[in-house]
Amino acid sequence: MAFLFYLAFCVLVGGLAWRMVTYARTPAPLKIPTTPAPTTVPGVVFRMAREVLLFESLFKANLWIWGFGILFHFGLVLVLARHLRYFTDPVWGWVVLIQPFGIYGGMVMVAGLAGLWVRRLAVERIRYISTPSDHLMLLLLLTIGISGLSMTFGSHPDVVGVKRFFEGWQTFSPHPLPDSALLVLHLMGVAVLMIIFPFSKLLHAPGVFFSPSRNQVDNPRERRHMAGWAARFDKETPHG
Amino acid sequence: MADTVTAPPYRVIPIVPALKPGAMKDVRSFVANEKIQTAIGFPGKLTDDWKERALSKMGELLGQYRSLKVYMDACVHCGACSDKCHYFIGTQDPKNMPVARQDLMRSVYRRYFTLAGKWFPRLVGARELTREVLDEWYTYFNQCSECRRCSVFCPYGIDTAEVTMAAREILDSVGYGQKYSNEIIGKVHSIGNNLGLPGPALQDTLLGLEEDVKEDTGVDVRFPIDVAGAEVLLITPSADFFAEPHIDSLIGYAKVFHAAGIRWTLSTKASEAGNFGMFIGNYDQLRRIALRIREAALELGVKRIVVGECGHAWRVAYSFWNTLTGIGAGANDPFALQLQRQLDGRYRQPTHICELTWDLIERGALSFDKSANDAYVVTFHDSCNVARGSRMGETPGGQFEIPRNIIRAVAHHFVEMPENTIREQTFCCGGGGGLLTDDLIDLRVKGALPRMEALQEVAKTHGVNFMATICAICKAQFSKVLPYYQFDRRVVGGVHQLVSNAIQLGLHH
Ligand code: SF4
Ligand code: SF4
Repeated sequence: MAFLFYLAFCVLVGGLAWRMVTYARTPAPLKIPTTPAPTTVPGVVFRMAREVLLFESLFKANLWIWGFGILFHFGLVLVLARHLRYFTDPVWGWVVLIQPFGIYGGMVMVAGLAGLWVRRLAVERIRYISTPSDHLMLLLLLTIGISGLSMTFGSHPDVVGVKRFFEGWQTFSPHPLPDSALLVLHLMGVAVLMIIFPFSKLLHAPGVFFSPSRNQVDNPRERRHMAGWAARFDKETPHG
Repeated sequence: MADTVTAPPYRVIPIVPALKPGAMKDVRSFVANEKIQTAIGFPGKLTDDWKERALSKMGELLGQYRSLKVYMDACVHCGACSDKCHYFIGTQDPKNMPVARQDLMRSVYRRYFTLAGKWFPRLVGARELTREVLDEWYTYFNQCSECRRCSVFCPYGIDTAEVTMAAREILDSVGYGQKYSNEIIGKVHSIGNNLGLPGPALQDTLLGLEEDVKEDTGVDVRFPIDVAGAEVLLITPSADFFAEPHIDSLIGYAKVFHAAGIRWTLSTKASEAGNFGMFIGNYDQLRRIALRIREAALELGVKRIVVGECGHAWRVAYSFWNTLTGIGAGANDPFALQLQRQLDGRYRQPTHICELTWDLIERGALSFDKSANDAYVVTFHDSCNVARGSRMGETPGGQFEIPRNIIRAVAHHFVEMPENTIREQTFCCGGGGGLLTDDLIDLRVKGALPRMEALQEVAKTHGVNFMATICAICKAQFSKVLPYYQFDRRVVGGVHQLVSNAIQLGLHH
């Protein structure tokens, strides 16, 4: 299991870095922000923040998807924060404080995922565009969420042992994982998620920051925008 | 075919329609012939090695456009965009849902450019690029008007227009181009404008207009062309020279220039604002068509460049001209500086005719007799490229306010259409993006449904009988489809048509 997590970690970090470098290196030759768009850099930062934190565009589009999406993502943030207790020692103060909220986060996250899946199955349009991987992704996330919640509310595994396992993992001195089928299921799910992250639609997470329709400043008349291959043309055309 | 086309009924409750798979699969725009294709440098007909070519072109575009690259990866199939396209609403064909349209390309992208698609094609919905897939691309990427409405609602800003442009570029590169757009691009290069109006005919038309206006108003309003040393070069869609109702807006611009005492000129060389290079996603064409305007500006030595009522042209002018040709400000390279030194830096370059008119109104330089428009209850149709791909004035959203301000300044009765059909959420007229052709009339009529519903509503509640707009394509499209929805074709017209009706000449000069 420790090895699997080393692999998963490397794939996640390496894969994401590779994708982000690819995005960053691909030029955006033309100004294409979806207008009305901010005319300054701070304005763009603010627009992006609204997009990433509040899902502004989704809010305009469809309240159901927005609601379930918000539940899932904010639940997830709380859950991830709660899990920091396995990776910090001594556990950071704010992580201790939010522990109970992490549990609510877990429930909210599962509720959000369930809602999204019901929509995917029930709404004809969304069913039409869904691929098997879209369903499997939800299944995977739900497996992780539900197995996690079951451990919190049902069969408590030896959390001290889990912590020792991850401390060992961090210092390359492996400790055995406590014996629990649910725990293995939970961790396997997480490892799979980490591995497929850079190769799947989960790339929407880094992708949103690179989206030219959202991250460009609306100032094409004030500044001459030149990028990459498109900038070379001027030198080839003699003009007088 | 055109005879059998009927408008879909207005939706009683504006709910999302049920899917009708395949409803539009046989509505295919005419394919360009060999002559049209080769005239603009594309293969004359589908090449034998089309598959290799298409894939290598796709790889090339993925490396050239960050938009395409990110958009191919980032979609989560959330469906937020799925009910936002006017073509989907009007046709119910699920492949006209923006996400499904993107997936036509994304499925191929996954198959050839991602590990997941190479290893588990079925799982991630990856497809081989077969002839059927290519045909499907041709059909449905020529059923997208590149209006960007979907991108407003996508949580990642995924803009289907970018995908459509890339798809058309790939199709052109394998010899599978669309007749309408490519023929027009050929005309721009050989004659100077989209409608193929040669220089002498243009001069005749303008002389005729001078006489008409003189007869109407008793004032000598000039329509100058190719006047070196004029202050303003006006770049306007060629439809303004003779099509109805476009020409009334051209008269409006001329009256504004006259009343403000601005020396202006048109140019035979650049007698077209439209740039169909954008529609087919071909950077080289986009740039070459735009360069005509740079050349005309340099030759005529003008100080300002003003753009007439044309939606996509304004997007190209506002967003792309500075990059493509140096028309703008803030450059530090010799190519762009040559022009930018000549242009008057006190004005925005380029300027939209509405910006120019509104500035003059604000300065009190124009007077109007609003009652001249009293026969009208006016509403305003935001054109997609202006609304979502450009700006006017200093602040974001100026592209919505300025035309409305002008209308309010020249007419007494102004009414808005429903909130979710205007401003950034405006619906395309149904004929944009290179689809304004008779072979797509079925699509055009159906695609106009959401706008027609909105118009119907204000017509019923407020008696609206004039829909002003600032786009040559919108005007042509609505003139054609309004009758299908039991409206008079003259319900559509330009903002400067209203200006023309109300402006008082000869007061200030
Ligand atoms: S760009 Fe416009 S026409 Fe094209 S898919 Fe999006 S909404 Fe439809
Ligand atoms: S809104 Fe964006 S992410 Fe959602 S399905 Fe449409 S294109 Fe994909």
